[in-house]
Amino acid sequence: MDEIREGSTEVSCDVLVIGGGTAGPMAAYRAKRRNPNMRVILLEKANVKRSGAIAMGMDGLNNAVIPGYATPEQYTKEITIANDGICDQAPVYKYASRCFEMIQELDRFGIKFQKTENGDFDVKKVHHLGSYVLPMPNGDTVKKALYRQLRREKVLISNRYMATRLLTGRNGQVAGAIAVNTRDAEFLVIRAKTVILCAGAAGRLGLPQSGYLWGTYENAANSGDGYAMAYHAGAGLANLECYQINPLIKDYNGPACAYVAGPFGGYTTNNDGNRFIECDYWSGQMIQEFYNELQSGKGPVFLKLDHLHSDTIGEIEAVLHNVERPSRGRFHQNRGTDYRERMIEMHISEIGFCSGHSASGVFVDEFARTTVTGLYAAGDMASVPHNYMLGAFTNGAVAGEHAAGFAEEIDLPDYDIGEVEREKTRVLAPTKRDDGVPPNQIEYKTRRLVNDYLQPPKVTAKMNLGRMRLAEVRDDLENRMVARDAHELMRSLEAASIIDCADMAATASLFRTESRWGFYHHRVDFPEKNNDEWFCHSILRKQDGRMTVEKRPVADYIVPIEESERSAYDRQRIRKSA
Amino acid sequence: MPIAHMPTTVPVVVDEAKCIADKGCTVCVDVCPLDVLRISDLTGKAYMKYDECWYCMPCETDCPTGAVTVNIPYLLR
Repeated sequence: MDEIREGSTEVSCDVLVIGGGTAGPMAAYRAKRRNPNMRVILLEKANVKRSGAIAMGMDGLNNAVIPGYATPEQYTKEITIANDGICDQAPVYKYASRCFEMIQELDRFGIKFQKTENGDFDVKKVHHLGSYVLPMPNGDTVKKALYRQLRREKVLISNRYMATRLLTGRNGQVAGAIAVNTRDAEFLVIRAKTVILCAGAAGRLGLPQSGYLWGTYENAANSGDGYAMAYHAGAGLANLECYQINPLIKDYNGPACAYVAGPFGGYTTNNDGNRFIECDYWSGQMIQEFYNELQSGKGPVFLKLDHLHSDTIGEIEAVLHNVERPSRGRFHQNRGTDYRERMIEMHISEIGFCSGHSASGVFVDEFARTTVTGLYAAGDMASVPHNYMLGAFTNGAVAGEHAAGFAEEIDLPDYDIGEVEREKTRVLAPTKRDDGVPPNQIEYKTRRLVNDYLQPPKVTAKMNLGRMRLAEVRDDLENRMVARDAHELMRSLEAASIIDCADMAATASLFRTESRWGFYHHRVDFPEKNNDEWFCHSILRKQDGRMTVEKRPVADYIVPIEESERSAYDRQRIRKSA
Repeated sequence: MPIAHMPTTVPVVVDEAKCIADKGCTVCVDVCPLDVLRISDLTGKAYMKYDECWYCMPCETDCPTGAVTVNIPYLLR
């Protein structure tokens, strides 16, 4: 295993789904359900059984809109306000209207949702305004349940293939993808009528404070390949300057987590043991207050559980130490941290792109369509803000159904064989060198520069310098990087995705000359929000081989927001009473 | 320019007495999201070949004999 073999196979399909984490399996499943005669390929860099953000399951739904508890109008309003108004509401409203049907579907798959003694859904309040959090008692089984459905519907699964570039047809429409096997470097050229990108967050963009490249918040396999592929195919990417930064267990770099501990009575405090934020829901404004507290001398910041009853803490442990990031328990055990006796030290994460928690994603409409014909995106990498796991499932379903319908209407697009040959040359270049810089050093330097120059507080002169330094690393990546086996080749391709994302982060951040989304886009030399000039999306794309950014108006709201409601998320800091 | 090896203590350890990779089992290698585990040509047992670990635990959870243990990587322990 791992020796480089040169070879290439061509296959074709109706719907190609890239990424087998959360949105991807649901997209493939729904495409096949819509039309069982369809050839649907699900491509995954790892193994669909245990890939993506929910490799070990999930503790619950963070954004369930359940009749009787919340309405699509309420939810759309909350997310619009949480995202500082920069929100095309149609995809959010579509999600909010369809997510209950998805909950019922997941229930049929065997995933349980917590009920009260009366048999009602046990919905908890964590957001600033409404109630949307619903625990999943057997949330560790989500991936298994999905995998069973994929097998039943005869979705064609190709594990250990990394897509590297999308193929485009004569009129710029998507025509498939090129992928490389991560264990022998053989190519797979997949012609497709439609492609759905579900490749997850750009989670290996910033460097964690531990210095360990793989100690990221996101699944470290999520290196932003989807963002890079969409960019090179000419798709627009929205609001990339609205980074993802999360409050996490310091060093462990996983969630603690407000959605689990909050409903039991846990909360975030400073070193005095006092609350300083009104609401633990993850928003840019909340992270700004978190950062301010860390810098204020009242830090560090902690998650406080030690005031709770031992049995209650036992319930919290049963969740935190069994699903999503189960090694949390081991981490605390090593340090002798018992939640009953000691508060948990928290910190803010490295930066990333992820619409699951913020808004930085490939621009999509309410049908999950990108700006490239035939190309769809869903999950953490698509621009529907704050959409979490249930958003990935629901929008994955939307994408799968629409893509299957579109594929029924069109012929397989032609592609340019020259494009394939050029891509093979690019991919294999690091394997043709006997000497040079290994991908781990290229990646470390890129991500260290991201921390030094691109993470907030954002300073114009620093970001410009960062771009110069990144250009030097790119020159090394393109001309001096060496990969000795297929595994290192995968890492070298990921390094290319990471530096593409770093360039996009810098370019988008420099474009928006105001501050917005709290800490996510805190520009020191433009400290105020400027609605007159910047109440708009930024759309970044590749035009004539160059990275460009332009403004795009926010679509007219479907759900009106009163002037008095707009600043609800701006008032995060607890005010001192007289 | 030669490429040097940098020693690291790896987070995933395999109890070779329990590991049944030599009988054809490849579960831990199959499920790892980062693809960092391999079967040794010398011992026939699974081991961590690349120190690129998200300490996520599918390898340990899915191992049919309980041979795999995921430790927290030293740098963030």
